[in-house]
Amino acid sequence: MTNTLHRYGAPETLENDFIVFAMSSRGINDRGSVSKFQEFLSIAQKHNPVNLGDATKGGVFRPSKSLNPLAHWFRKDERDPERLVAHVDQPTVVSAVFDNREALTGFLKEVREADLGLSINISSLTGRADEVAREAGITRHSVEYSLGFFGALDKLPDRATLSLATMCGHGMISFNFAKKMIDWVKEGRRTPKEASTYMARFCTCGIFNTTRSCSILNDCSHRNRG
Amino acid sequence: MDQDRCVECFTCYRGLSTEHLNPTMVRTIRKVFGLLRMRFDPEPDVCPTAAIEPQELSWPRIVRRAFSDPLVPHESTGIHGRGTEEVKTNDVTFRVGEGEAGFTIEFGRPTVSTRFSDISKMTEALAKTGVEFETKNPVTHLMPDPSTGRIREDILEERVLSAIVEIKTRMERVPEMLRTVTDVARGLDTIVAIGVSTRCSPEGESALEEVLRREGYPFWRGKTNLGLGRRPAVPEPAPESVSVP
Repeated sequence: MTNTLHRYGAPETLENDFIVFAMSSRGINDRGSVSKFQEFLSIAQKHNPVNLGDATKGGVFRPSKSLNPLAHWFRKDERDPERLVAHVDQPTVVSAVFDNREALTGFLKEVREADLGLSINISSLTGRADEVAREAGITRHSVEYSLGFFGALDKLPDRATLSLATMCGHGMISFNFAKKMIDWVKEGRRTPKEASTYMARFCTCGIFNTTRSCSILNDCSHRNRG
Repeated sequence: MDQDRCVECFTCYRGLSTEHLNPTMVRTIRKVFGLLRMRFDPEPDVCPTAAIEPQELSWPRIVRRAFSDPLVPHESTGIHGRGTEEVKTNDVTFRVGEGEAGFTIEFGRPTVSTRFSDISKMTEALAKTGVEFETKNPVTHLMPDPSTGRIREDILEERVLSAIVEIKTRMERVPEMLRTVTDVARGLDTIVAIGVSTRCSPEGESALEEVLRREGYPFWRGKTNLGLGRRPAVPEPAPESVSVP
């Protein structure tokens, strides 16, 4: 999931953005891993994640293929974490997104005790991840740093749009769509929460942090009024 | 649809929610509203007529989907997305050891897209430095001879959402590699995102941080492998002694 590596934003905007994911390695420890992935997700559910995902099936925020026209006024919250857990049926990458350090620490402690044998990674500020891991009694094994973007930087949009779009590192949230959501929130046509939910549905891995998205959209909205 | 710009990520098909309304009815309602200067404010992620259907792809266009649609696994690695494990499973693969640095050089991200011709410019430059490309990486599989770094001719003009090149070097060569990558990136018509990784010491310290600080690269975000993975009955090789300048 390099899709979580290059989230754009100043460190202070990333302080409460934690993605924890579990994966097995093909041909090494993937045999019999399905139940372990399910257990990882079940443990995560107890700690109030803002998003959960299975890289092969999608996140808890999903599109619906059978809406009726009333959805434009009364759209149901179709999140179903139980279904997500039950539908894990092959070695995959599963993830949980947290928006606070306490939840992450509690989760890591439980994952450590569960001794799943899967590779567990935290994608976040690296210093913060190290601190939290130590609090949970874990010494980090390896670390990968994002050094940011190079090359034709004139192709990149403004800071807020980039911060929103890079929360799906696979690029499923286009710059234009993120810009549109910023505009709609500024115009009062949608709340930050509604706009965040629209974007989260396009992130198939379930790593979009709706709490951070709301915060970015709120900031944009207030700047507009100021 | 501009077939050249489309990277076959299938997001329009997969990500949109759908209604199954009659297209004639939808067009008529839109025309009536237009005549009355009225605007309906629909949900932005809904296709009212479920009109988008995926198309059958053949070689070489099918390469676009393999590198753009995160739900399609790469045949070479079996992994979805861009198909690489990098150091995310380093606790069981021991891919990057202490004193070594792994690079992930990603093209086209975020959401900008790239052509293999741009990727080939970078891989050819890297090959000249003598580095080895990660064998379990989908882009390496597209090089007939990895020692040249040249990507196969028939896909050079194919556009993909993003692709990752992976190399591994000794820690001493990190500054040289970073210079090479950033120099070549300046001449490309896409974005290059750089990730660099290492195995931490038994105390959890990363020797890479000092190198990056010295070279002036800001770093604050990344992925931390917690070392909870297990590889039954295969011991991790002992790290070689390495002096980091």
